[in-house]
Amino acid sequence: MQAPAIQLKRWPSQQPLLFVILVTLIWFSLYQALTSVSEALVATLPVAREGHLGGALQFFFYDTPKVLLLLTGIVFVVGVVHTFVSPERTRAMLTGKRLGVGNVMAASLGIVTPFCSCSAVPLFIGFLQAGVPLGVTFSFLISAPMVNEVALALLFGMFGWKVATLYLVLGLTVAIVAGMVIGKLDMGNHLEDWVREMQNSQAVNAGEVTSMNWGKRIDSGISHVREIVGKVWPYIIAGIALGAGIHGYVPEDFMASVMGKDAPWWSVPAAVAIGVPMYTNAAGIIPIIEALMGKGAVLGTVLAFMMSVIALSAPEMIILRKVLKPRLIATFAGVVALGILLVGYVFNAVL
Amino acid sequence: MLNIKVLGTGCANCKTTVKLIEDAARAKGVTIELDKVEEIKDIMSYGVMSTPGVVLNGKVVHAGGIPSRDKVELWLAGV
Repeated sequence: MQAPAIQLKRWPSQQPLLFVILVTLIWFSLYQALTSVSEALVATLPVAREGHLGGALQFFFYDTPKVLLLLTGIVFVVGVVHTFVSPERTRAMLTGKRLGVGNVMAASLGIVTPFCSCSAVPLFIGFLQAGVPLGVTFSFLISAPMVNEVALALLFGMFGWKVATLYLVLGLTVAIVAGMVIGKLDMGNHLEDWVREMQNSQAVNAGEVTSMNWGKRIDSGISHVREIVGKVWPYIIAGIALGAGIHGYVPEDFMASVMGKDAPWWSVPAAVAIGVPMYTNAAGIIPIIEALMGKGAVLGTVLAFMMSVIALSAPEMIILRKVLKPRLIATFAGVVALGILLVGYVFNAVL
Repeated sequence: MLNIKVLGTGCANCKTTVKLIEDAARAKGVTIELDKVEEIKDIMSYGVMSTPGVVLNGKVVHAGGIPSRDKVELWLAGV
């Protein structure tokens, strides 16, 4: 009985084109069927569709598969993209780049370079070692966790492409500008001493990526899905369940006075201040945000909250403390928080 | 004897990698010397930027993410 299973497992790498076409078709037909299936599901349950519970259930049954589908699709594509970009290659591209151009490149590469927050420090030093300027390195370090595929997939799924694009553009802007400011402040002497000694020391280049065929790239897309979706799905379901609860039970406009249009000026800084010590990934926070917005919170305040949760966190500061002296950490956190704050205000003013 | 070092600051992926190599070695009946390198300075001396990284007899053979089981078995086979 094992033979067919193994064949099935090897199939994507043997016929990558056929696999991609077929999976894409299945994906789209599932996506099309979402609303009717979720309505049908709620209809079979003994609850009133118009009631609190009915509303909450429909939200849950519709959002969960929708978000998981979008996430799977985007994570797969990103997994394939990752096979073209390695941190080593990114570093080589950034070496010797000036402030400005370098920051823009670093922030953009931050989106597509495989990055795990636990690699932040080795990456940081690796960049400096190869002669990437400090400010440019920071642009990368800010953009990589904040503007990532999970955040974009979820925003797209819940708020549509406009909000996802705005988040992308603003996230990049914060990363670029914050990196340039840190670069201009010339804080190289606030790196820990052993890190300064390593700066520009011509890094050893570890095993370059071997060339891959499409079968291998598809395989790594699949394993990326297994790794990421396998890790975040409980957060998403918990987040959506919480969101569904808010959706069904918390009265309309409850949030309006605190996070809404006519909220006092301090609501944006307060959102950021609450967000910084919180540490969760995009997957856990976005469903809650959707529910908050449904209850009258405004987008700018909510996005500022989300960015501060994802981009600045206490555990990250503690890891960075190994390579940065306190003043540089404080500057980093301050500049990024300020950038997020501005994003929040601008959003609220424009929309 | 094979000497394998796993480079990583102690994140979940690094632990998974260590376990994966241990399991594969046990399954294949290969005795290996497995070290964990967790100090950032030491990790950097191998030139690895993305963890977990794997060093096989002093040579970096893998970086950035959990290696596939196939890859681990190739190392153990001494290829």
